[in-house]
Amino acid sequence: MKLSFSAQDELFREEIALWLADNLCGDFEQIRGRGGPGDEHMFVPERSAWERQLYTGGWTCIGWPVEHGGRGASIEQQVIFHEEYARAGGPGRIGHIGETLAGPTILAFGSEQQKQRFLPGILRGEEFWCQGYSEPSAGSDLANVKTKAQFDEQSDQWKISGQKVWTSLAHESQYCFVIARTDPNSVGHRGLGFFLVAMDQPGISVVPIEQLTGTCEFNEVFFDEAVCSAQDIVGAPGEGWKVAMGLLGFERGVSTLGQQMLFRNEFDEIVAVAKKNGAAKNPAIRQRIADAYIGLKIMRANSMRILSGGDSGELQKEAMMYKLYWATWHRNLGKLAMDVLGPESEILDSGPYQLNRLQSMYLFTRSDTIYGGTNQIQRNIIAERALGMPREPRG
Amino acid sequence: MDFKFTEEQEMIRDTAQAFLAEVSTSAAVRAAMATELGYDPALWSRITGEMFWQAIHIPEQYGGMGLGYVELVAMLEQMGRYLLCAPFYSTVCLATNALLIAGTEEQKERYLPQIVGGTTATLAYTGNSGGWDASAVELICLADGEGFTLNGSCRYIPDGHSAQLLVVAAREQHSVGEQGISLFVLAPDTAGITRRWLPTMDQTRKQAELQFDNVSVTASAVMRSPGEAWPLLATIIDLATVAVAADQLGGSQQALDSTVQYLQERVQFGRVIASYQAVKHKAADMMVKVEASRSAVYYAACIADETLQNSALGVELPEAASVAKAYCSDAYFHNAGTGIQLHGGVGFTAEYDIQLYFKRAKSTETFLGDGAFHRERLARQLLDGETAA
Repeated sequence: MKLSFSAQDELFREEIALWLADNLCGDFEQIRGRGGPGDEHMFVPERSAWERQLYTGGWTCIGWPVEHGGRGASIEQQVIFHEEYARAGGPGRIGHIGETLAGPTILAFGSEQQKQRFLPGILRGEEFWCQGYSEPSAGSDLANVKTKAQFDEQSDQWKISGQKVWTSLAHESQYCFVIARTDPNSVGHRGLGFFLVAMDQPGISVVPIEQLTGTCEFNEVFFDEAVCSAQDIVGAPGEGWKVAMGLLGFERGVSTLGQQMLFRNEFDEIVAVAKKNGAAKNPAIRQRIADAYIGLKIMRANSMRILSGGDSGELQKEAMMYKLYWATWHRNLGKLAMDVLGPESEILDSGPYQLNRLQSMYLFTRSDTIYGGTNQIQRNIIAERALGMPREPRG
Repeated sequence: MDFKFTEEQEMIRDTAQAFLAEVSTSAAVRAAMATELGYDPALWSRITGEMFWQAIHIPEQYGGMGLGYVELVAMLEQMGRYLLCAPFYSTVCLATNALLIAGTEEQKERYLPQIVGGTTATLAYTGNSGGWDASAVELICLADGEGFTLNGSCRYIPDGHSAQLLVVAAREQHSVGEQGISLFVLAPDTAGITRRWLPTMDQTRKQAELQFDNVSVTASAVMRSPGEAWPLLATIIDLATVAVAADQLGGSQQALDSTVQYLQERVQFGRVIASYQAVKHKAADMMVKVEASRSAVYYAACIADETLQNSALGVELPEAASVAKAYCSDAYFHNAGTGIQLHGGVGFTAEYDIQLYFKRAKSTETFLGDGAFHRERLARQLLDGETAA
């Protein structure tokens, strides 16, 4: 067991830290620390330009293989990149769905033609992606997708009709990966297809969803015979679930340490407020601040376990508990922030509804324990897969 | 960075697990805990003679194995899991650490080989106040020529009634807090020492009270930094704190495992109760606490290794120890308590072992400071600009 990084990795750390210091300035100064969760709709043109700036420095898609323009960076180096990026206040990445989800899926399951066509745009920070999974009746029960894809022999195209929901960045994206039912008589995870769909077409309309924060990061996306060429289905018709589930395995926790750096920034802000307004003298608040800190330290150690690959042959329980742990921790942090602020927590920066950073965090964290698998779904997964308890009966 | 057990460390853990599964059965634990001594001397002989566990992190120059804290923690986790009744914790995690951190070269050369040879030992630093920081030291030492005279009492001392060697902390008269503290190593049969076993709610961990009446100790008994030994004692306590957390981790794990096993067997309303979501979600929460405990303990063990090697990362020890102890204390109590609830009626019987874990959870939670104590220690560091002490 060893905690420190190798000398070579530390050099890599210096390289990215130096590049960020040299580049995240000037016109980009204003987007420092912006565009994260709860703020994703802000500074879109500037953050798009930042994606291209990252590309010129060779800092997009660093985990991709060299032959596709990546650096083939090791897990450690990807961790370091995310950590330094967050430390420097790097803005929320508009390109992250393409880089971490669409790209790796195409690399793993896509055709040569799909790789040639889609990967360069992601790499260069020119083409952004959104994810078309959830539907009004397919939330936790993702396999209950109703959106249909029908193949039209005449035009050699798929025609997609239905509705997706909770689609972040749909307005800003050029492409969407969509799971839709290729077999109209199928149910559940069988009979689905995985499609790469251009957003700029008459068959697609995007409607923003106003959230409890008053802002609109998420959208509804309506498909009315939206077209997708025959060559833009990943895998065979009917194999969409396999592709979609394979995608979930790509994350591997490399971004978790960067996420924790953002959490640390929020935590530090709360500590600063507590010291200033005297809440730091309240014994109950002191306990909660210390408890939040304990959670942060444990998350970091837990991520290091995930990244180190765990014990030989053992199921990675530390990976299975991670979402439930951080989401619950972050939601509690939001509450703590408001309690530290006291009556000031109610007072907005400006009207009509301009939340400050901690207020926005407080409200936004209510979604953390819902999206990407609710806490309840996470507990089912842990009980069934990690502890071997009986599966829930299905209707 | 490679934050997982090496093959050798996995082997040490697996060997400990297999041995304890054989010798620290429910029946063996119940037999040992019913005695005042608290352990089976024959088993202690096997542990020290065959397994050589007491020597794990003693340097080779003193006859030890020269391994590190990660290896020690890997074994402690299994001891917690199997509720081992033995003077291992007191001897290795209290007294041996005290000798390693605060012993003079002569003391190390004299006592560490004795410990390797199977001598039991403990550390006595707490008085009657119920605290665990520097102010807990109440024993008074008066300079007496080259040596000292000790007066007062110590309480809550693990295996204090049976240990064959004592390390004690005492303070100068009228000194307060971190000032005036000295450490001594002495034989328990030194004239003026009276030892009394304290019956305990958790019978798997024995405690004692030590009375000192004009106990004369020679200069050779005085450990390093007399009068200024608090920083050394603080490190000893932090190392011991990490070790308790490892025991708690093992206990949390077993509370979960035995509960899940029961849930898979018990049938109500025509199905195993493990199939009910209300039950599954409780079990899932227990696993989250176990895995988070594991991350905290292994991290703290790595930091403890750095401390023992005097490397820069070692400065994190007070923080890492408090993180681990605060979390693992609450997690173990939660898991053992939830374990009883999920066992239903049988969880309340003496027959099922979950009650033993529930009791050990509470006794280890209290020992060396509970969650609130360690959170306040962290709060001082975070909010008052102090280093955790």
